[in-house]
Amino acid sequence: MARELIRKTYKLYIGGALSRSESGRSYAVVDADGGFVAHAAQASRKDVRDAVVAARAGFHRWSGATAYNRGQVLYRVAEMMEGRREQFVAEVARSEGLTRRQATAVVDASVDRWVWYAGWTDKLAQVHGNANPVAGPFFNFSLPEPTGVVGVVAPGESSLLGLVSVVAPVLATGCSAVVLASQSRPLPAVTLAEVLATSDVPAGAVNVLTGSVAETGPPLAGHADINALDLTGVDDASLAVELERAAAQTLTRVRRPDAGEDISATPGLSRMLGVLEVKTVWHPVGT
Amino acid sequence: MSLFEYSPAPESRTVVDIAESYDLFIGGQMVEPQDGTRFKTISPSTEEVLAEVAEAGERDVDAAVQAARVAYTRVWSRTSGRERGKYLFRIARLVQERARELAVLETLDNGKPIRETRDVDIPLVAAHFFYHAGWADKLGYAGLGANPRPLGVAAQIIPWNFPLLMLAWKVAPALAAGNTVVLKPAETTPLTALAFAEICQQADLPAGVVNIVTGAGETGRLLVEHPDVDKIAFTGSTEVGRLIAASVAGTAKKATLELGGKAANIVFDDAPIDQAVEGIVRGVFFNQGHVCCAGTRLLVQESVVDDVIDSLKNRLGTLRLGDPMDKNTDIGAINSAVQLRRIQQMSEVGEAEGATRWSPACTLPERGFWFAPTVFTDVAQTHRIAREEIFGPVLSVLTFRTPDEALAKANNTPYGLSAGVWTEKGSRILWMAQHLRAGVVWANTFNHFDPTSPFGGYKESGYGREGGRHGLAAYLVADETEVSA
Repeated sequence: MARELIRKTYKLYIGGALSRSESGRSYAVVDADGGFVAHAAQASRKDVRDAVVAARAGFHRWSGATAYNRGQVLYRVAEMMEGRREQFVAEVARSEGLTRRQATAVVDASVDRWVWYAGWTDKLAQVHGNANPVAGPFFNFSLPEPTGVVGVVAPGESSLLGLVSVVAPVLATGCSAVVLASQSRPLPAVTLAEVLATSDVPAGAVNVLTGSVAETGPPLAGHADINALDLTGVDDASLAVELERAAAQTLTRVRRPDAGEDISATPGLSRMLGVLEVKTVWHPVGT
Repeated sequence: MSLFEYSPAPESRTVVDIAESYDLFIGGQMVEPQDGTRFKTISPSTEEVLAEVAEAGERDVDAAVQAARVAYTRVWSRTSGRERGKYLFRIARLVQERARELAVLETLDNGKPIRETRDVDIPLVAAHFFYHAGWADKLGYAGLGANPRPLGVAAQIIPWNFPLLMLAWKVAPALAAGNTVVLKPAETTPLTALAFAEICQQADLPAGVVNIVTGAGETGRLLVEHPDVDKIAFTGSTEVGRLIAASVAGTAKKATLELGGKAANIVFDDAPIDQAVEGIVRGVFFNQGHVCCAGTRLLVQESVVDDVIDSLKNRLGTLRLGDPMDKNTDIGAINSAVQLRRIQQMSEVGEAEGATRWSPACTLPERGFWFAPTVFTDVAQTHRIAREEIFGPVLSVLTFRTPDEALAKANNTPYGLSAGVWTEKGSRILWMAQHLRAGVVWANTFNHFDPTSPFGGYKESGYGREGGRHGLAAYLVADETEVSA
């Protein structure tokens, strides 16, 4: 007699815990052919606010870790993903309508991307910081620091590689993130959240919400306690403008969506630099 | 009556030749405003009318942006970095050659003491051009890839507190990076920018690379909203910064914003009190407190608060307020009647909310706009004078017991431009510097500036940096060509 599979309940990831939406809502997720796959939690405005509070606490923990430690944690994420490789391949294939071979390439690239960013944590300050030869008796240096809590709208189509490409650089800098996952293809994001939950990433450093971006985007963009906003995954131009305007009210740093961006390409530094502040410290030199 | 009496030592104003009326600098020429109106600029220390300047309207702003576009497309984007650099070196030298004239002109138009314009503002202007001149042919080494590209036409709007210095902060990196600019000086301090227009002509800078449109907020709005502008660089209030950030939403325009501040200046009990007091004075009374990074919230460790306040009051009693053209003057005039009213109102609010107000005995001149150095003690974090930017010579004193408390209070603000720390303990300096959420941290010093040193804020103090290698990023598109792996 055939054994029935145990299906998974797909949840939100807030403050290190996998939980349903406080609103009790969920929505049906379909595969590339329109067939029912599972229900995902439909995050509410309150979930967004809870996630930002968790991310602020997570920021203090994560930015307080040493760069070496953060690098090891990001590498640990890659290790944990590798262990769930088959699950990711199946989910990506079904979500994105890819062949198994294509989906495998996407998952491999996603794992490699974590490894690439893991190596950056303890080099950013060297590459992006420097001493300044001021005209006077002062020791003066500039160093990059994480800006704080970053709201991220993940790409809608590239459900895993796109997601990793926008989240890993934020984490590499020491920022924390509230991520709005792909609305129509959220399942790999939830599985990634399960990976993060078991990868020594501090609670709250990453928070993943599934649901309607039109509903959760505005309260996230307008939240006074986020420092930066990445709109990469916002396809609707008028929504992008609305979110950028909301962010302007608290001078939140904004990365606009770029239709020409190839998210699968090897990344440069711009995603990390966009969520870094530069701090300059002066001290007199004297006897 | 000051502690010491000095004989008057006025700087001569014969070195400047102020015209009755000024036009707009567009396409390399001084041109009359098409929309016609003019306004007066006065000397805030005497209320004397210095000159009339044009108020650029829509057609004027459009003409300036077009001139900048043409200059960008046809000339500046095709000029090599090496040649661009030569123009900037030449401008630096011209500023040095005309330094005394520019210092006097700035003091007349702005009201700040000649000692500051002569020793701080104008030397830094020349230094900024000299520093950025050298970058023009070395942009590939700035950490933005091998071939970073300029953005195009930059709209630059600057404040009245350091008129020519803010111009230099904006124009020098923009030109070095290969952009052309349309700059709007503040309506109360247009004269040194107009003198700079002449310097551009003397330097044979190609027409349209720098355009200067005078006017007030409306001119600024027209410039920011012009569709053919690629970049906006603004220094000014957080309130206007929000409007600009909202107005560029949905466009391809890049913006860097250098906005307000409410900096904490933190004095620990082991600090050398006399040095700290000098730093406190420099932090908040330099330039009449018209400094966005001013150390306006003094946080003193409880055990030394009486010593610090006593020394501070003694020191403030020696400051000389009066004629900004006098070489012995420490505190000049408030820049405008509007700003004076704002400072007066905020000080009244401070008293009404229960803080204790103190100023040294100090005679204010009868004409002009003046405000005595003012210290508020018994200030709570909830008081408006501890939360809002006053932009005047007003200090709010708060106390703390532990480093953690000092840090929490210092960071308890939506701003994050600068901060100061005074202690003899090295590890504590570094710990504080690490945890203060501010773009510039001065340890055992305050209010120093240098073209090599990036300046700019965290949080609602804005985004982007000016100066140093990091400041170049505000005027360049990084070259993200893949690095082979």
